[in-house]
Amino acid sequence: MLRFIATRFGMVIPTFLGVTLVSFSLIRLVPGDPIELWVGERGIDPERHAELLRQFGFDRPLWEQYLGFLGDLLQGDLGKSIVTQQPVLSEFLTLFPATIELSLTAMMFALLVGLPAGIIAGVRRGSMFDHTVMTVSLAGYSMPIFWWGLLLIILFSGTLGWTPVSGRISVLFYFEPVTGFMLVDSLLSGQPGAFKSAFRHLILPAIVLGTIPLAVIARQTRSAMLEVLGEDYIRTAHAKGLPPLRIIGLHALRNALIPVVTIIGLQVGLLLAGAILTETIFAWPGIGNWLVNSISRRDYPSVQGGVLLVACVVITVNLLVDLAYGLINPRIRRAGGS
Amino acid sequence: MSETTNNPPRIAPPHPLREFWEYFSENRGAVVGLLVIVIITLLAVTADLVAPHPPNEQYRDALLRPPFWQDGGSFLYPLGTDAVGRDMLSRIIHGARYSLMIGALVVTLSLAAGVSLGLVAAFFRGPVEIGIMRAMDVMLALPSLLLAIVVVAILGPSLVNAMFAIAIVYLPHFVRLTRASAISELSRDYVTASRVAGAGLLRLMLITVLPNCMAPLVVQATLGFSSAILDAAALGFLGLGAQPPTPEWGTLLAEAREFVLRAWWVVTFPGLAILITVLAFNLMGDGLRDALDPKLKR
Repeated sequence: MLRFIATRFGMVIPTFLGVTLVSFSLIRLVPGDPIELWVGERGIDPERHAELLRQFGFDRPLWEQYLGFLGDLLQGDLGKSIVTQQPVLSEFLTLFPATIELSLTAMMFALLVGLPAGIIAGVRRGSMFDHTVMTVSLAGYSMPIFWWGLLLIILFSGTLGWTPVSGRISVLFYFEPVTGFMLVDSLLSGQPGAFKSAFRHLILPAIVLGTIPLAVIARQTRSAMLEVLGEDYIRTAHAKGLPPLRIIGLHALRNALIPVVTIIGLQVGLLLAGAILTETIFAWPGIGNWLVNSISRRDYPSVQGGVLLVACVVITVNLLVDLAYGLINPRIRRAGGS
Repeated sequence: MSETTNNPPRIAPPHPLREFWEYFSENRGAVVGLLVIVIITLLAVTADLVAPHPPNEQYRDALLRPPFWQDGGSFLYPLGTDAVGRDMLSRIIHGARYSLMIGALVVTLSLAAGVSLGLVAAFFRGPVEIGIMRAMDVMLALPSLLLAIVVVAILGPSLVNAMFAIAIVYLPHFVRLTRASAISELSRDYVTASRVAGAGLLRLMLITVLPNCMAPLVVQATLGFSSAILDAAALGFLGLGAQPPTPEWGTLLAEAREFVLRAWWVVTFPGLAILITVLAFNLMGDGLRDALDPKLKR
């Protein structure tokens, strides 16, 4: 097991270095040099320009700049935003809980609906329910979620007036963030109605972001169930006369869930990508929204740091999923690092 | 497939294309998908003739008209007009051109580059392979849309740059797929035979091995087509893809955003067009997978 963990870690390091290289190159590939970008259209006199280049180290050879960048990185220094002059890391950390809260709720929604739908569709293969689940999930998989979000806004916010259009909580409420999760903080604040308001703000974005994972989970669960239900030990269980619910719930589901767990882990990257769109539609103050705004404001240090941090999150989660998978399934562990 | 003159006369094996069609047409969804794609392609090709209005013509006396079945709508603008009086139906029909072109170009670009890199990785094991595959791992570590956004941020927002960005993002899938199937083919006897017969490297790569790796690549290309349309629309929606007044579907949605609570039709129809097109390609991709996967053939 230790060797397995070590191999997996060993594979992560080159990927991580590659990601730092990408984000390092980003700011240097943009036409013009970074100082010209910072001063914008006002222009700058050549002497001051050269001095600033020297001051920020842009005149040194590229490999030296890269090593410096890595050194700063290891100390947690990701540079400063041009617009707000705040350290990029602290901006990211302030906004990240909003994205986590949204992603977790979306995943919960996807699991709560997708798992049962996939299980029932698998057990009742070929039934009306099965066909419906497969069709709906294919549509969900093909859904442009930015459009889906707008449609839900038209229906639930416009026509029915049930949910607010944007933001995380009504402006009537204010409290200091404790955990950064609005649902928890609103409960802790003890203000009447705060939790309800936070929940109503969260529900539409979570449904929108959860739609594609929901479709993927339902389809994967169904096919995993189908595979497992065809196994000999299931037939044996039937022959023993065990009640069908017990066979499905205990014998089949447990084994069917292994591939599903991997799929869930792989959804994290997709969730973060989806968060960019979802947060833009609902003006959700998370990192997706922040990244898009940073790009349109040409705030390259923020984009650079944000991309790096998001990639780190994805790499870490994938690593954890891999390790967890090795823990559940000894065959993977023995196979080594292939 | 071999010519035989045995007695008694056997039933000749069906032509590969015919056999393929038999498997493909068993899947009703796939046929429907194909049909929809054909219709959309025809609409895109004949857009100038079919669309009732020029896509960018502004009718200043008909701003935000609803579709014909609602009060105030007319058959002159069947799906209504947008905020500056452009006919929605015409813009959506013309938008099909952009979406199909995006899909085709992105898939061609990343397929060509991905197959080349994948073959090189499979044939030259060692440092070259490690270099290529690690680079692909890095690209896979970033969420695809985020990577595309970063590329667009570097190159500047435009339709061409968006296509380029998406093509880069899809590269790893094609590289991995090609490498994996090429490696498994390389150990087969027919490849050794060809090698012994003196086939050169390029011949081995392109004529001996590649045709036998095509099935998964075709499926992936179809699915890539649909994701390319989706991602291009997403970039357009974020203002990083096609720029107004280009009637690209994602851009149409971006323009429509501020009218979301006032004029449902400017939001609904472009998205519906995206959904239908993407769904059609996904349905066809599923059918292709079933028809081309030898494991499922029985």
